[in-house]
Amino acid sequence: MDALFLSVLQALVIALGAPLLVGTLRTLKARLVGRRGPAPWQPFLDLRKLFGKTPVVSETTSWIFRATPYVLVGAMLVAALAAPVLTSRPPLAFAGILLLMSLFLLGTFFLALAGLDAGSAFGGMGSSREVTVAGLAEPTVMLAVFALALRASTTNLGGIVERVTIEPLLVVNPAHLLAFAAFFIVMLAETGRLPVDNPATHLELTMIHEAMVLEYSGRHLALVEWAAAMKLFVFLTLLANLFFPWGVPADVTPPALLLGLLALAGKLALLAITLAALETAIAKLRLFRVPELLAGSFALAVLSVSAVFLLR
Amino acid sequence: MSALVYALTALLGAAAAAAGVAGMLGTPWVLRIDWLVPLGGMALEMDPLAGLFVALVGAAAVPVSVYAIGYAGRERRGCLAYAVFVAAMLVVPLAANVMTFALAWELMSLASYVLVLDGARAGREPAASAHAGWVYAVMTHAGLACLLAGMLLLTAWTGSARFADWAAAPTLSAGARSLVWALLALGFAAKAGGVPLHVWLPLAHPAAPSHVSALMSGVMIKLGVYGLLRASFVWLAPALPWWGATLLLVGAVSAVTGVLYAIVDRDLKRLLAFSSIENVGIVLVGTGAAVAFAAAALPALALLALAAALYHVVNHAAFKSLLFMAAGGVLHGTGTRDMEALGGLIKRQPWTAACFLAGAVASAGLPPLNGFVSEWLTFQALLQNIRLPQPSMNLAFALAIAGLALAAGLAVAAFVKAFGITFLALPRSDAAAGAHEAPVPMRVAMVATAAACAGLALGASAIVPALAAVAATLVPAPAPITVGAWLTLNISGDFASLSMPAVALALAGGILLPVLLLVVARARPRVRRYETWGCGRLLQTARMEYTATAFADPFTRVFDFFYRPAARLDVDAHPESRFFVRRIRYENPTRFIVDEWLYRPLGRVLRAAAQRAAVVQSGSPNLYLAYVLVALLLLLLVA
Repeated sequence: MDALFLSVLQALVIALGAPLLVGTLRTLKARLVGRRGPAPWQPFLDLRKLFGKTPVVSETTSWIFRATPYVLVGAMLVAALAAPVLTSRPPLAFAGILLLMSLFLLGTFFLALAGLDAGSAFGGMGSSREVTVAGLAEPTVMLAVFALALRASTTNLGGIVERVTIEPLLVVNPAHLLAFAAFFIVMLAETGRLPVDNPATHLELTMIHEAMVLEYSGRHLALVEWAAAMKLFVFLTLLANLFFPWGVPADVTPPALLLGLLALAGKLALLAITLAALETAIAKLRLFRVPELLAGSFALAVLSVSAVFLLR
Repeated sequence: MSALVYALTALLGAAAAAAGVAGMLGTPWVLRIDWLVPLGGMALEMDPLAGLFVALVGAAAVPVSVYAIGYAGRERRGCLAYAVFVAAMLVVPLAANVMTFALAWELMSLASYVLVLDGARAGREPAASAHAGWVYAVMTHAGLACLLAGMLLLTAWTGSARFADWAAAPTLSAGARSLVWALLALGFAAKAGGVPLHVWLPLAHPAAPSHVSALMSGVMIKLGVYGLLRASFVWLAPALPWWGATLLLVGAVSAVTGVLYAIVDRDLKRLLAFSSIENVGIVLVGTGAAVAFAAAALPALALLALAAALYHVVNHAAFKSLLFMAAGGVLHGTGTRDMEALGGLIKRQPWTAACFLAGAVASAGLPPLNGFVSEWLTFQALLQNIRLPQPSMNLAFALAIAGLALAAGLAVAAFVKAFGITFLALPRSDAAAGAHEAPVPMRVAMVATAAACAGLALGASAIVPALAAVAATLVPAPAPITVGAWLTLNISGDFASLSMPAVALALAGGILLPVLLLVVARARPRVRRYETWGCGRLLQTARMEYTATAFADPFTRVFDFFYRPAARLDVDAHPESRFFVRRIRYENPTRFIVDEWLYRPLGRVLRAAAQRAAVVQSGSPNLYLAYVLVALLLLLLVA
């Protein structure tokens, strides 16, 4: 019963928290450049509007195009159940980071196929770039996780949170911080944030993610956007709870869950402020500079693993 | 007639699969027929490892033979060679002495060589395919030469040609074992397709008929892995650390090289052949990790890595034969395997497309299919390398982990391209526009194999312990694998865990939930069909689509140090004005640095040496007789 309750609760937190997070980011960015900006709950209104509209589907497309939004949301919901969000024992307690990353890749796989399905050059361009970035980010993720797993001697996400919690001087451990930096850069690439991709523009040619989903409209677009927001939410939650596991309870009681929710909200707010400030301060990189950025994050991950070996 | 041969081969496969499973579960038997073969007689021996590979060959041969009835049922050519090919592959793992092994191995190579040439004659580019056959013959025989050299050395040193005596003989010195291992590893890795001995694979596999390609990529190259396991863990035990490090690095390089070439290739079947190199790389990394752990006296971890490698062997056999069968369906329906001439096939070939999609998801290592589970297990074995004391070994492992992760990420790109360009959007040629769906036997075989891919993933909690039991016959240790609630696989205590049924169930629920919610909310199911957005252009044609080459372009730029692209652009303008272009010709051939840096110089050296050596070939019989006399005298003197 507990497991079912926690599953529903965690899915709700992510499904409802994700649009709010995206809205907060937009508001923060608007304030930072001196605009008033929309309210943080604007994404909910956008989603409601999109769900009410009739989708337009290209005649060229196949069932892949229509199925992809559902596969995407499905993959993100499973990811939501696998991540340690409110407690260190997520509903899919066996899940490790490999499963989580593969679920994200499953989403990318289908979205890239949907981008090709309409037969327009924009979609193909977006797909090709998206899989390039996703493929190059993969080694960094693995090595950063390796560094964490080495210290916790488990690849189980909940296990990592529990083992790292009891470790003092976490924030001054070089291996830990290097892994955090590497993972942060990968997060920027995987969720399509600046400097890799600009989520705020709709110029098809400069885009990665937006070019790929150009053909989507109506409820299909709503699902795709919602899934993208959930991916960002899960990634930021991982950054918050894996690297700074303070205030993540291990038991499933209402007060503990409330504490977990508050701690998570606080950490996510800090990360959102960092992200908004970063996105305001830097410009988008040229596409063929992105691999250099990812190579840099890979180097950080390698250093992090070496540091674990040297300090053992 | 040929349909009958294929049907009989399917029955043979089914029987072999049953016998193999029985052998795996522990009913060993020995069969000796001394008069059949000279030099030791024919000897077959069943043990769990041989049983696994016999079961694998047999189980793969069943759907592939059914497929062949639809694919080549009216063609008489090649059916006999196919039956011989399957039979020889069944004998290789059972062989118990040098002579039996060498004969079965050579029969397997020759039968597949005949089949490659056969595909070549039927193909569109006979010259290129004849070249494929030639390279295949050279590489496979160079490999055989290495194998025989290694085996004969071992025979001389232990005084027996029976494999069982090698394992029982007193341990040789480390140098002797290393020499033999190097020779055997060269021969077996050449068959498995490890870089840099892979050059025959992307030539021969696409040239063969598709059902043969399915078996060559699915199971034949695995027999190289079988030989490596036998040599490293049985014949030459105890293993040395440098064997493990070598296999780890060769595996990581193969994985990355294979997938990088797969991304840029525009021939559908060659793309799959390169992907086989990638997957063999993953298997070799698992094997190398097992050898390294075994050499460092960590048998439990060696067992885990070995189980992971064997699991990937089985999984790759399933999804790669599925993919080759589906690619054969495309070839059958359109007559081409050039992806730039395909497109839109999902509407004309819905079954083939769905089966290819299943294979692509499995091959890209994505949940919930089988490729994901064995890659996951391989990573879990690799990640535990912290228990090895030597930092240099840790470094080799870290490189292998990064290489496998890069390969896994890039495999997604390669299969998005393979499926997306071939099956989605508008057809790029008349052949693709007029494609027809595969006939019933082909569809049955493909659907059954796709179901096997799902079954191999969902049944992980039963399959992995069974494979660990096979691995335990090579490295005796208690398996660090337990099965918990919800069929959860627990690895090394609480190091890692995974429950595929739960993942599949959650995924199904997660996909159905939004559908249900939309139904409950009575969202209008109506969808408006309209043309693709094109910035106001009048009509959409296939020329506006992204091509396979364009899709791979970011990779050719990012990895230009690897591809060394040599694009050529010829613009033929009108003599009056350069603004009136009559013809544009653009070429960007893929270059293979291994060929250019290793095999071409090697070929030149060999040719020069052969020309020097030709001096002794005067053509005069008298001189040749004199050579025989001198050789005889020398031998008598030495003896």
